[in-house]
Amino acid sequence: MTPILSDSSFVLTLALLLLAPMAIAGVALINTGLGRSRSAAQSLLGSVAILAVAVLVFALAGAALTGTPSGAAWNFQLAGKNWNWAGAAPLLLGGLGAAPPLAQLATLFEFLAVAFAAILPWGSGADRWRLPAGCAVGAVLAALVFPLTAHWIWGGGWLAQLGVNFGLGAGFLDGGGAATVHTLGGLSALAVVWIAGPRKGKFPKEGLATAMPGHNAVYVLFGCLVALVGWLAWNVAGAVIWLHAAPSALVGTAINTILMASAALAATYTITQVRFGKPDASLCANGWLAGLVASSACAGLVTPGAALLVGLVAGIGTPLLVELMELALSIDDPSGAITVHAAGGLWGLLAVGLFAGGPGQLVAQLVGIATLLGLVFPVTYLLFWALNRLVPFRVDVDGERIGMDLHELGGGAYPEFVIHRDDSYR
Amino acid sequence: MKYAGLLAMPAGFFLSIAAVLLFPAPALRAAFVVCGLAVEAMGLAVAVRGHMEARGSWHS
Repeated sequence: MTPILSDSSFVLTLALLLLAPMAIAGVALINTGLGRSRSAAQSLLGSVAILAVAVLVFALAGAALTGTPSGAAWNFQLAGKNWNWAGAAPLLLGGLGAAPPLAQLATLFEFLAVAFAAILPWGSGADRWRLPAGCAVGAVLAALVFPLTAHWIWGGGWLAQLGVNFGLGAGFLDGGGAATVHTLGGLSALAVVWIAGPRKGKFPKEGLATAMPGHNAVYVLFGCLVALVGWLAWNVAGAVIWLHAAPSALVGTAINTILMASAALAATYTITQVRFGKPDASLCANGWLAGLVASSACAGLVTPGAALLVGLVAGIGTPLLVELMELALSIDDPSGAITVHAAGGLWGLLAVGLFAGGPGQLVAQLVGIATLLGLVFPVTYLLFWALNRLVPFRVDVDGERIGMDLHELGGGAYPEFVIHRDDSYR
Repeated sequence: MKYAGLLAMPAGFFLSIAAVLLFPAPALRAAFVVCGLAVEAMGLAVAVRGHMEARGSWHS
């Protein structure tokens, strides 16, 4: 049964959703800044193109599979319980105009969410991932992986019904897309990185990984501020749409969002200061984002004190995990999406169970996490592996040498820059 | 090795689902869901290990 939304709440939530793309813009800017200058235009164009492809594919097919909580769905019976596993809404958004206001807002939220999830792997494949392949991955995510996951969580699917069917709290909760956007996008990034391989020269046969710092820290840090605006809108709108929060709870949701990002930044700043003697700009940006990602799961559900703790843990874990992945696990992730979005999202989802409910809620969150890791990730990897056979992910050696801008776009992002050979500095 | 790890991960998922279906007792159910997650973590670790072993084959 869809709750009734007052006109003022509808207008407020719609206005917030119109601000939410700022989060996508911020992340796109961060990804561009963390890549190399010779791939900057391709990076930002890729974010826009993948967003467009994801939205188109979702409108054509994905939205029907996603469905709505009170809409038609595919079900089967198992152990005497109803398992709602896919939406069965009309194709091409049929009937959207006649849907209840909350269902319309939910559909708009899902459009933004699928676009966000689709661009997350793009930053991880920076400097070696071809644009057509990035668009193809966005299409696969928007057509199949995101719709099914979103239906299970937001569309009244079996994860949402864990509470009704098995007495597990309120079922799996994800108020701002920590699972459907960030964990899904971050795990997709891991699949892409494994399939495409690292950047040339990143991991020599002997010795430590080669440092390849981002080309523009200003983009990265400004992207963090832009993302904050979007995240505030995203979390508050999500609290209204998915958690059915009362207006009195919305200020707390916004404050928790800022608290988690701030606590995470403070923790990352301190850790990098202690470890390296000076704070690391890109890691601090990653810590800030990890706090925001964790807030996507629990900003509308936890107390401010718990929000501080969640942010602190996100901020402590992020630089350590980034270092572990690069130095020990040989995973080349220029944007840090796997750490920030996958690990940050999983931590936020777990935090909902730890701080916002009883033991039943914790088990529901764990089952959701198990689904993301044990079902969604392997299936996504398999799909991308097959896709790589059709549309090769990796650019050829020559393209990687001259940079993605010249190779794929025919011109650089900074045509007035003079590129010196190394020996010109001698 | 990477594929072996990826194949093990769904086993953990099905273990978690089986725990929800088969064990009404909260403690037992929670314990088996955690076991499912542990299987997934082991599968992920094996997949990561497989990725690391390929390091020598990457062009430097």
